[in-house]
Amino acid sequence: MLGLSKKDLMFLMIVTALTLAAPILLNPFPESSALAQFNAGYPDLMQRIAIFAIFAVGFNILFGLTGYLSFGHAAFVGVGSYATIWMFKLLSMNILPGILLSVTLGGIFAYLIGFVSLRRSGIYFSILTLAFAQMCFNLAYSVLTPLTNGESGLQPELSDPRILDAARAGGTVATPNLFGLGMNATWKVEALGRVFQFNAGYYVCGVISVLMFYLALRIFRSPFGMMLRAIKSNQHRLNYTGLNSRPYMLTAFVISGMYAGLAGGLLAAMDPLAGPDRMQWTASGEVVLMTILGGTGTLLGPVLGAGFIKYFENIFSKINDTVLHSWFSFLPKWLEDICVAIIHPFVGQGWNLTLGVLFMGVVIFLPGGLIEGGQRIGRLWRRKPGGNGAPSAKNAAAE
Amino acid sequence: MGILEVKGVNKRFGGLQALGDVNLSVAENTVHAIIGPNGAGKSTLLNCLVGKLIPDTGSVLFSGQSVLGRKPHEINQMGISRVFQTPEIFGDLTVLENVLIPCFAKRDGAYRLHAFESVADERDITAHAEQMLRDVKMWDKRDMLARALSRGDKRRLEMAMCLSQHPKLLLLDEPTAGMARADTNNTIDLLKEIKARGDITMVIIEHDMHVVFSLADRITVLAQGTPLVEDVPANIKGHPKVQEAYLGQAHQAH
Repeated sequence: MLGLSKKDLMFLMIVTALTLAAPILLNPFPESSALAQFNAGYPDLMQRIAIFAIFAVGFNILFGLTGYLSFGHAAFVGVGSYATIWMFKLLSMNILPGILLSVTLGGIFAYLIGFVSLRRSGIYFSILTLAFAQMCFNLAYSVLTPLTNGESGLQPELSDPRILDAARAGGTVATPNLFGLGMNATWKVEALGRVFQFNAGYYVCGVISVLMFYLALRIFRSPFGMMLRAIKSNQHRLNYTGLNSRPYMLTAFVISGMYAGLAGGLLAAMDPLAGPDRMQWTASGEVVLMTILGGTGTLLGPVLGAGFIKYFENIFSKINDTVLHSWFSFLPKWLEDICVAIIHPFVGQGWNLTLGVLFMGVVIFLPGGLIEGGQRIGRLWRRKPGGNGAPSAKNAAAE
Repeated sequence: MGILEVKGVNKRFGGLQALGDVNLSVAENTVHAIIGPNGAGKSTLLNCLVGKLIPDTGSVLFSGQSVLGRKPHEINQMGISRVFQTPEIFGDLTVLENVLIPCFAKRDGAYRLHAFESVADERDITAHAEQMLRDVKMWDKRDMLARALSRGDKRRLEMAMCLSQHPKLLLLDEPTAGMARADTNNTIDLLKEIKARGDITMVIIEHDMHVVFSLADRITVLAQGTPLVEDVPANIKGHPKVQEAYLGQAHQAH
């Protein structure tokens, strides 16, 4: 069914179920408990996780399969964001035209940048993509101010023409919507001492991310995906086997650029404000981190990496000294101060330090990322009853 | 006229004349061996045939068409496959996938966007690749990662990859280099089998005279970039010029 094997179909069903149930699953702690701040089931965070999962899954089609490390994918995110805002300004607050345009523009930009950058491989390719992305950033920041509104960022305003629905909105800027369904519409359900928030914006992002995941799954299992893996493995042999690696690379680059454009479009659709910092090289680096942290070249890895980084970014940066003091208040005063002083650099503003340490740990001890960690645990668990834990190529290739 | 015609090929690397006026004509469906001491220019010649190097002067015609200036994938699409001196395979892919890729290349050409089809649904191609693996007796290793194979198996796999495309011309660069005796004999048997089908031309570069004399229909002896003799194997063995070339090298070596 759906062109997938039974195993993959099962896999896709599980991912779909987890995505749909995320508002419940990510809210495990009751509101009243001290652990409630570790809940991730609020719309803003879940939207971000879904969007960055799309970004990372697309990036992985390029980096994971072909091994070409692009350091400029944030440029496509930025292009997608600006495209969506412009559609909001010119056409309507319906997110559909904006998202379609962001995918298209992401693809076109990726074609142009890829066409030049793919003349080189390895570090030179990375540097070229980085240079292009920084050029886009600087253009958006200063030169193209009429298009991007420079540093302060672009957002829909009351004076915009909005030819399709300006009249209906009355005297306010309407919220982004999908045929009238506002992206900020949230249905709250109180049960078991928890507040579950079912947000329209999250479900739009979630459904699109499942579709994109399905697309990536198809690409991974296709002859095209096999050729991309062959490029990573031995491009020399591939050329002598009668295949031209250049157009394969360029297609992979454009597909991942379209994923990035889509992610940018969705970011702007959820929160209609696009600034140039979305294109900066730190943003390009973040998606590399997500992919490597989760597991390069695996299907689920980038999703896990995106979720992991966005979750910790939100949760760790919320913890401040007051929170820390309340955690350690059971200790004597001097010990409490020492504990807070030790943990202080790792939370709040310093959460990047935590991320850095985690990233180093993963790269050194789990080169295959979180997925490899999961596989190792699974293998340990399986070895005990059966006694045969020999990993076969089939297992490794499946995830 | 032969299927492969090399005419007046010269190749210079700085001050070194690697190939000097090489002429070679390979008849269709024969096995042509190129032998010669180290540094005679055998590999350079082969590289000129597959587009890795472009000769300074001269022409290389395959089935009447020039291969010069064409990219490696274009030359392969013309019907020339090459086995390398050190096996070139896709180490991170399974053995079966290694054979599937050349099958796709043969059917779909140098590029095709088949991103939404499933490999598992391509039954014809899969069946062909599986048959190929049975032919080279690697069927039970089909799900292994190719890099985990022994050297001999890697070589067999590379040959299966080339043969799966049914090339008109198969170029073999020292197909038994560094192999154990048993593996060498297996390779000879495999090549003999392929030769017996009578629909493929082979050019073999080889140091192992046992391999050369059990397979070749004609032999060209290359020394210092120029062909010394070209003849049938029986006449090559006792040829004075050949003995001189090899003995001369032996004298220098000591």
